[in-house]
Amino acid sequence: MSIAEVRPGLPLAHVNPVAKMAATVPLSVALLLTLDPVSAGVAILCEVVLFTAVGLGPLLWSARTLPVWIAAPLTGISMVLYGAPSGEVYFDAGVIHVTEGSVAIGLATMARVIAIALPAVVLFLTIDPTDLADGLAQTLRLPARFVLGGLAALRLAGTSIDDWRTISLARRARGVADRAWLRRGLGQAFALLVLAVRRASTLATAMEARGFGAPGVRTWARQARFGRTEWVVIMGGCLVAAISVAAAVAAGSWNLVWS
Amino acid sequence: MSGDRLQRPARIDAQGWAWRHGSRARPAVEGLDLVIEPGERVLLLGPSGSGKSTILHGLAGVLGDDEEGEATGRLLIDGADASAARGRTGLVLQDPDAQLVMARVADDVAFGLENLGVPRPEIGPRVRAALAAVGLDLAPDRSTAALSGGQRQRLALAGVIAMRPGVLLLDEPTANLDPEGVLEVRDAVARVVRETGATLVVVEHRVPIWLPVVDRVVVLGRDGGVIADGPADVVLQRRASELRAAGVWLPGDEAAVMPAAVTPAAVTSRADGVPAAEPALLRARGLAVARVPGRPVRTDLDVDLHEASLLAVTGPNGAGKSTLALTMAGLLRPEGGSLEASARLADGAAGEPWRWKSRQLLTRIGTVFQNPEHQFLAGSVRAELEVGPRALRLRPAEIRDRVEPLLEALRLAPLAGANPFTLSGGEKRRLSVATALATRPRVLVLDEPTFGQDAVTWRELVRLMRELRDTGAGIIAVTHDDAFVRALADARFALGHPVGASSEIRV
Repeated sequence: MSIAEVRPGLPLAHVNPVAKMAATVPLSVALLLTLDPVSAGVAILCEVVLFTAVGLGPLLWSARTLPVWIAAPLTGISMVLYGAPSGEVYFDAGVIHVTEGSVAIGLATMARVIAIALPAVVLFLTIDPTDLADGLAQTLRLPARFVLGGLAALRLAGTSIDDWRTISLARRARGVADRAWLRRGLGQAFALLVLAVRRASTLATAMEARGFGAPGVRTWARQARFGRTEWVVIMGGCLVAAISVAAAVAAGSWNLVWS
Repeated sequence: MSGDRLQRPARIDAQGWAWRHGSRARPAVEGLDLVIEPGERVLLLGPSGSGKSTILHGLAGVLGDDEEGEATGRLLIDGADASAARGRTGLVLQDPDAQLVMARVADDVAFGLENLGVPRPEIGPRVRAALAAVGLDLAPDRSTAALSGGQRQRLALAGVIAMRPGVLLLDEPTANLDPEGVLEVRDAVARVVRETGATLVVVEHRVPIWLPVVDRVVVLGRDGGVIADGPADVVLQRRASELRAAGVWLPGDEAAVMPAAVTPAAVTSRADGVPAAEPALLRARGLAVARVPGRPVRTDLDVDLHEASLLAVTGPNGAGKSTLALTMAGLLRPEGGSLEASARLADGAAGEPWRWKSRQLLTRIGTVFQNPEHQFLAGSVRAELEVGPRALRLRPAEIRDRVEPLLEALRLAPLAGANPFTLSGGEKRRLSVATALATRPRVLVLDEPTFGQDAVTWRELVRLMRELRDTGAGIIAVTHDDAFVRALADARFALGHPVGASSEIRV
């Protein structure tokens, strides 16, 4: 029951998280430059093929990627309703114009959101927080205090879920749970905050007592590797970006957003 | 840093040491003069507020800098300032949940070694040796969230001894554990100090547990100075009455707690299991209980709670004791079966207890949670006691008539203006019980009421529960405390290990 739960055994789980994050960058940049359905569509196709090939298919189609499939159409619809009008007008009411152009933009936007968010979510689900901390500190050389502080906070976030549940019950027992949900929620959120601060300060003491923040060079028990596998993963990301751009240019739909 | 230097037991020397927290007017510790020779094993005793924890934190060098408080005098580890001696001291705290840093067992033990800059090739062997020393035979990548309290404390201990400190500082390391966990941790500590010869300073109320491990007892007075010091048996004999008054458990105390004379009325309502004339206050049949909806931890439970009786719910960790208690308290919805309240208890409230309004529960079923902090709602002790009566919309005069006697009876009157979060463990427990009593419920449900309590608070709780029961209330107490069960329980509901335990359950 923790956010920082260990997720062993997933394909790509052993790959340095820094490489996985880096792999999503080229495609994101490419798709932000253009607004066309071809590049995004091809990217989604490549992603599905690649993830299925490495064995992440079940994760790709699991409920955990559901937010992407919900958020993308919503973004698309808002573009359909409010996007720059052009071409044939299908529907017109005040600020809402549904036109040939806005529908095209809406579809393209939806495809782009999916193409960018899907790999980010799937790859992130294969990342163990401890590995992420190791990667950030050792590969990217971010300060250890900052990285390990963040990791500890993440672990406490898991405890907070249990705390929230217990506080709800405790408040019902104290006779104050009949209030409207907003007022109840705010009071409860404050109580949770107080508890979280207290827990965090205890944990900080325990970490300090074990030499955290002491002067001197810190070593790392686990080595964050950055070898062939990591480069292959990054190359995979570049390849998907290149194919998408090439397809869009070939199809003649490539249009830079500012042009 | 060579391993040899690290393993040598350290000498502790306090010379007129004092510490005042930045936010307080009075020092937490004042004029402490104390020498502990290398390899000595010391039990540090004293009433709450005598600064035991502050001394341990000071020795561990985690009291913070000038912004957090003010130190005078000297506190030395091997002649060097304690705040500069990190790594020479190892501190284990009371709360098993709050001191795990990493998500996996081996990573957590390695954390301190990494901070000390131990080269990677040395870390693995030292982690394995530390885990073996505390008797934890777990997979290195086992999730720390899935450990029992006793296992967590032993893991914290392993994390500390992997650093090979010269002094082990233990701040009530077993206060929050069940009896099994207490022995696990105590035995692990005994083994470690025997093998490493490290100096040991342990703070703990329960002397009988630690007596076999320590050879010297130091008693602090209320104002922080040392009032007794010497071989364990001598000090405990000479200072017995003072120590008892300060809430210290001495050998023989637990056995000396005998059940009080039972009133005839209480006997008739529960004699040899024959149903009394009055129907049970709460009657569970085929009850299935779950903390998270859809994931029952126990099924098919038949439980009765009668008037004027205390039902003790016992069993190992993860058996579902708390879940059962919270379900019977009307806080969790049963996953199956039925839970009926007698007409007298329901008093017009419709349906099973979980359907009752929060406000209806107040006069019917009160609940005292294991961690009092989960229940605190107000900024002062007095306001905390007024929450329930106010929710019942009592008149101000009536509220006062309920709150004042409770403040007096539970010795909270001098603290009436204090913030509940700033109270000591015993005071928090007394307050959380008092908040439930303020609305005079007919049933009281308590989750581990005696956990981590000193002997004074313990005796008060027993007296209070006995009085409450004799007025006709039904009490459910989830507890690991055998002395508490012997002193009060009229019936015992023992839960075994659940069948087909899922991986969610802590083992």
